[in-house]
Amino acid sequence: MSLEVGTVLETRTYPVTRAHLVRYAGASGDFNPIHWSERVAMSVGLPGVIAHGMFTQALAARAVASWTGDAEVVELGCKFTNPVVVPDDDEGVEVVVGGTVKKVEDGLVTIALEVTCGGTKVLGMPKAVVRA
Amino acid sequence: MPVDSSLVGRAYPASRPYTVTDERVRAFAEATGGTWAGGPLPATFPIVLAFDAMNDFLDAEGVALHRIVHGEQKFAYARPVAVGDTLSATLTVAGLRQIGGNDIITTSSEIVDAEGALVCTATATLVHRAPAEGEQA
Repeated sequence: MSLEVGTVLETRTYPVTRAHLVRYAGASGDFNPIHWSERVAMSVGLPGVIAHGMFTQALAARAVASWTGDAEVVELGCKFTNPVVVPDDDEGVEVVVGGTVKKVEDGLVTIALEVTCGGTKVLGMPKAVVRA
Repeated sequence: MPVDSSLVGRAYPASRPYTVTDERVRAFAEATGGTWAGGPLPATFPIVLAFDAMNDFLDAEGVALHRIVHGEQKFAYARPVAVGDTLSATLTVAGLRQIGGNDIITTSSEIVDAEGALVCTATATLVHRAPAEGEQA
């Protein structure tokens, strides 16, 4: 895929279910119960079990890898502005990752991302810088 | 109880050394719905190190993990992580403020290799919802 300033990258859609969260907890070591226990999540004022912010960021990174042919990531970051609430059913929710090339300079490509769930932006100012 | 503001600037002991193996990377990639059979590691993989360092910090300060929500996370790489690296993370509290009864804790974790060379700086903002008076911690 061409990575020129202004290129709009093809949207990627990823499912998120409770099963994903359990698996991610195990692989990452993040066993915060707000990601698997409705009771604990609601006790701290959350609307329900929410995805690890880092799970959502990992999906954004997957999209970047798919667009750039696994280019070396130099910088990756975002704010977690809205929680991805994951219901206790088999379908879960979908996270949609879009991106636009903002800058190409000195062998570095800056991609501004847009990450949504149910039409709501869940990440604030998500951005990746890759060597390409 | 809000987190003590005198923590700003404090650096915590390095997290226990973590050796990056094929199996760990594959498990991490698959847990995020991807695959991995060699090549560049998933870009968020260093969170495993940063999370270890954060857990040590929360334990040291008596903060319950379930009261923490991730506010922001950034990785700045000095070089890519490679299988075979033995890494550890040193967390420093970079900032602390209170908003609406929550502590907003900014941390910076330097992830270094076995030679002590910087691999990645992981910056995180943690939102700590302190228990209200009389509420169970």
